[in-house]
Amino acid sequence: MGQQAINGIFLGSIYALFAVGYTLVFGVLDIINLAHQAVFMLGAFFALVLVGTLHVSIAVALPIAVLFSGALGILLDRIAFRPLRGRADSNLAGLITSIAVATLFEAIALQLFGPDTSRFPFGTFPERRLQVGAAVVSTLQLGIVAISVVLMVILTYLLRRTRLGRQIRAVAESPRAARILGIDVDRVIAASFFISSALGGAAGVLFALAFNSLSPDVGRSVELKGLAVIILGGMGSVPGAVLAGFAIGLIEVFTVAYLGSSYRDAVSFAVLFSVLLIRPRGLLGRAALREA
Amino acid sequence: MHRFHEPLIFALAASFAAYGADAVKVGAALSMTGPAAVYGTAQKNGIQAAVEDVNKGGSLKSVRLEAVFDDDGSKKEQGINVFQKFINQTRASVIIGPTLSTTATAADPIAQQSKVPVLAISNTAPTGITDIGDYIWRDSLTEGQVIPGAVKKARARLGFKTAGVLYGNDDVFTKAGYDVMKKALDNEGVQILETQTFAKPDRDFNAQLTALKSKNPDILVISALADNAASIVTQARQLGYTGPVLGGNGFNSPAFIKNAGSAAEGVLVGTAWNSSSQDPANQAFLKSMRDRGISPDQFTAQAYAGVLIIAEAIKQAGMKGSREDIKAGFAKVRDLPTPLGKFSFTPARDALHEPSVQQVKGGKFEILQ
Repeated sequence: MGQQAINGIFLGSIYALFAVGYTLVFGVLDIINLAHQAVFMLGAFFALVLVGTLHVSIAVALPIAVLFSGALGILLDRIAFRPLRGRADSNLAGLITSIAVATLFEAIALQLFGPDTSRFPFGTFPERRLQVGAAVVSTLQLGIVAISVVLMVILTYLLRRTRLGRQIRAVAESPRAARILGIDVDRVIAASFFISSALGGAAGVLFALAFNSLSPDVGRSVELKGLAVIILGGMGSVPGAVLAGFAIGLIEVFTVAYLGSSYRDAVSFAVLFSVLLIRPRGLLGRAALREA
Repeated sequence: MHRFHEPLIFALAASFAAYGADAVKVGAALSMTGPAAVYGTAQKNGIQAAVEDVNKGGSLKSVRLEAVFDDDGSKKEQGINVFQKFINQTRASVIIGPTLSTTATAADPIAQQSKVPVLAISNTAPTGITDIGDYIWRDSLTEGQVIPGAVKKARARLGFKTAGVLYGNDDVFTKAGYDVMKKALDNEGVQILETQTFAKPDRDFNAQLTALKSKNPDILVISALADNAASIVTQARQLGYTGPVLGGNGFNSPAFIKNAGSAAEGVLVGTAWNSSSQDPANQAFLKSMRDRGISPDQFTAQAYAGVLIIAEAIKQAGMKGSREDIKAGFAKVRDLPTPLGKFSFTPARDALHEPSVQQVKGGKFEILQ
């Protein structure tokens, strides 16, 4: 029981970190960015190159990979979203161009790194096991949960307390009103993409460290899960994504342990379905009235 | 002028004919590129060395073996093309290969139709290979033969009574491996405390491993492909599982050790080749490889043995090397000394010899004595 709860929190922290970036872009733009998973993957590979080939310590490689992922996010906005902005069908068109960029990023990774599984060199993260009652926690797991939580706290602070955060929230509320108030909307959107992708990249690095395996299609395994998390949490709600990330992580682990791995996704999506029946806006989502 | 030359031309033609009759062409369809390229390269080394050794050894008198290599690209379509080339243009007496079972299911029927004998040297799928027809033979043990032997040997050595089993339930190969493992464990009277499953795209196995570990089994038995295998074993060790692990054929790969690192230490895997066997045939093979600067693996040994088996078939057929002769000769191969041990074919044309168990020690596979 205790061990499974730890496994669930561990997995949930990565899901949550992946999903907060996902939901942030949705909150600002009302667009689902399906290239988020490709940024997740490229961020992880970038850190792997730094650590594996250039022998940089992970403590240095992680922040650099996070910045690199953020930069990818700005690039993503420039090529996939910005040219379409202002069009009547920009939501749907943006969804499709983001799929194209995801395919492109995956193809690049496939060319550079091949289809085989890669992994971080041994001892990248100092590993020790700690006994907690009957359960075992590794320093790696603790580190991953801690880094995820710290990043999510920073994001919350940024959105609530800073000037940029206020601007992001204003754009999320109404881009037109924000523009009238003198906010540079394109810059704020680019900043949102930077933050979103930086967090996605961080999640990628942590995921690759956590499960010792990295391949160009690694993002696909979290993509749908991430989508379920942001819908469950309430589209656009950052605290909702955090809550739902941990919830889905725990549900998955207990399902696998007690029902079998074949039911892993079935149970997660059944929970999602029932929550949406009872509470269509998700756990912490705002009422959809604003849209009307 | 003409009168002078005629006898010369005659003599030349005669000697060519004689040479042509005596050089038995062995077509080797191997995966030199594609995902199975690692195996194909090892196999080519084995065949090349064995052909040279047989020709030098003179056991076939005037008959010479000639190996012709081509790349099946780890793909069915290319495998079929190579087979057609060997059958119609090269006019090979016998075909070795192809490297992968999947390719064999597509290419072997063509050889069967054209009545050209095939000797598979690495196909391990339990069914669907030699059942194609009476021209298809193999010297590679199937999963169904290696795993029970591995379970038996490992149990004799480690004395485990209970097991936890984990397998991939969305892949034909790992599911078939599980079926064999379960049967072998039941036959040995080992109690299976818990069975867990996973799917190929999974990366997180903590939930399954925690559930297995909580039952305190004496051993973990796992059927997985090399990629998943490395993650599973690493995560099991991270969760504090310190007991032994027995893996299926998917573990039988250097990629597994590379990706699992120190977590791979002590893992047991069944194998068709006992690299440390003191058998003279194996020692001769090892020396032949050392002289060429090749470090052999199971695939090299099976390829080398394949050529020895073909040579024996030619001998059994009275030093004749036509397609029919070799097919008839295969049936007469009994207890032939090879690097794999004393080799015979089963009535179903599958391999029959003793499997071994290897254990990862110091980052390398070592035979468990």
